Amino acid sequence: MSAVTIPYKVQLRREARTERLFRVGATAAALLVLALLAGVLLALVYGGWPALKTFRFGFLTHTIWNPVTEQFGALAALYGTVITSLIAMIMAVPVAFGIAVFLTETCPLWLRTPIGTCIELLAAVPSIVFGIWGLFVLAPVLQHWVQPWLIDVLGDLPLIGKLFRGPPFGIGLLTAGFVLAVMVLPFITSVMREVFLSTPRSLKEAAYGLGATQWEVVWDVVLPNARAGVIGGIMLGLGRALGETMAVTFVVGNAHRISGSLLAPGTTISASIANEFTEAVGTLYTSSLIALGLLLFVLTFIIIAAARLLLLRLEARHGARL
Amino acid sequence: MHRTICLIAMAAAALTGAWTPVALGDDISGAGATFPYPIYAKWAEAYKQKTGIGLNYQSIGSGGGIKQIEASTVTFGASDKPLEPADLKQNGLVQWPQIIGGVVPVINIPGIKPGDLVLDGATLASIYLGEISRWNDPAIKKLNPSLNLPKLDIAPVYRSDGSGTNYLFTNYLSQVSPNFSKTIGANTSVQWPVGIGAKGNEGVANQTTQTGGAIGYVEYAYVKQTNMTFARLINRDGKAVAPEAKAFQAAAANADWAHADGYYLILTNQPGATSWPITGASFILVHADSKDAHTAAALKFFDWAYTQGQSLAEGLDYVPIPAPVIKLVEKTWQDSLTVNGKPVWPAK
Repeated sequence: MSAVTIPYKVQLRREARTERLFRVGATAAALLVLALLAGVLLALVYGGWPALKTFRFGFLTHTIWNPVTEQFGALAALYGTVITSLIAMIMAVPVAFGIAVFLTETCPLWLRTPIGTCIELLAAVPSIVFGIWGLFVLAPVLQHWVQPWLIDVLGDLPLIGKLFRGPPFGIGLLTAGFVLAVMVLPFITSVMREVFLSTPRSLKEAAYGLGATQWEVVWDVVLPNARAGVIGGIMLGLGRALGETMAVTFVVGNAHRISGSLLAPGTTISASIANEFTEAVGTLYTSSLIALGLLLFVLTFIIIAAARLLLLRLEARHGARL
Repeated sequence: MHRTICLIAMAAAALTGAWTPVALGDDISGAGATFPYPIYAKWAEAYKQKTGIGLNYQSIGSGGGIKQIEASTVTFGASDKPLEPADLKQNGLVQWPQIIGGVVPVINIPGIKPGDLVLDGATLASIYLGEISRWNDPAIKKLNPSLNLPKLDIAPVYRSDGSGTNYLFTNYLSQVSPNFSKTIGANTSVQWPVGIGAKGNEGVANQTTQTGGAIGYVEYAYVKQTNMTFARLINRDGKAVAPEAKAFQAAAANADWAHADGYYLILTNQPGATSWPITGASFILVHADSKDAHTAAALKFFDWAYTQGQSLAEGLDYVPIPAPVIKLVEKTWQDSLTVNGKPVWPAK
């Protein structure tokens, strides 16, 4: 009786104000992302404009990158970016799949947390450490044992032989792809593990009840159920591989060339920017480097958009079957 | 909506706030070249202990240093590549050499020890052009009649990051080889026709030591501290010289500083029997008429570095500027430097 009773209307007003504040705050947070993204895009277009205006479409189709004569073409960097990321994906996705299946299906319960934590720790290693490890530890091993073997065994094969020719430098596109694979592994693995875990128990138990093997359960029940998440995880890893700078710079060999061999040195967009931006003098040179950044932005956007489309189509087909 | 804008503005302010360089009282601020960073940092530490005046030097690269001094966000800029006199005039800047270093070719050939191999500029250029691809090439044999050179492929290694080291090396090769000058040219980054790019001195050194038959080029201090297998070079006077502090100083002393407008002088391929051919100075840039009250303090610091900082420089395997050149530079300070229209040197 003695408790202070807030008049009903005041309380209502107060709640309405809190509600409004909350809504505005949340909207502002979302708008900030859009504003930042638009800002980045604008800054990149503005900064890269002199180069785009000078070289036009040739910026995309030329491999010449000559700061002395101020001739710049992004094709070699674009090629290197795509190839190293592809190598990383080819190596990392199957391993990540294996780890995720092991962790969610076959691993003894007491071992799940330690292994899971270890994989997440891998994501916490700074990329410069991966770069130095790649240069001082991985590259010599590849140079002395792996690459000579690849050249000997695969170099003479028809078609794919071309990919494994040339001297074993230790560093190059293949090494960069390898380091990237290790770096993206934890991202893909954790996403895959989470979505595998989200498979309804009843579905799995029903499959086991029908006499399905572990492989059949994973392939026919868990995976179709987790498709969207798996693709999302792969895209997350791919996005990181495309943009990774420091580690790649150390091991990619940094040559603006397209040589056809995976053992040869190449370069990526982000590695070129990291290598050259600090000492770049002159409008055309700096703006070409910024235009490279824009290109990476667009490339990443296209890949994310493609992933969305793929997901939509998968969902549509899945829906149609039901 | 009002509040939204307000929030965005606050966020923007917070973001840009983090980028504004903080002026720390009496501290001198500078930005630029990475090559002299270790010695500038060492000098700054010693100078702070002695005078209490600190130096905040950001080693962001020569290009960044030039941009920052042009925008007057720092007291001085630093560049490994001198600005051309016309550029200096256009931007109202004055430059001078502060410290000397050099670039040394390093090799990895089984059985060859430091200093065994002799190369000349033309041969070095041919190697980096891909024209000479084996160590037992007649051109190399002719320079090294007593060495037993193997039939081994040459793997050229170059610096991939834009750097003063690249500039000195390509500038030298451009001077001694018309073909190199025509097809590649001199810059902080160039398009190499052959070889593999490694990042930084440590990258080039590592790649060279890992690869049999490799040749690379790194800063002198790096060769000295890691005992790499260096090659001797034949200089402009036709003498084979080893990379030593006195060879770099000879190149700097023999250069004609007095007649170089704005000290625009690159110390590669200088005359003199003992001159190391790939020598270079790192430069300091300030405004000819500065609005920055720290300029006087900066000059005092650089004077102290010239006169008292030599042993520190030698300790880090940098090469001090020869005394006659210091005199010239301090004369330039007296004649062409002002702060808000008033002369600042000699300092009170």
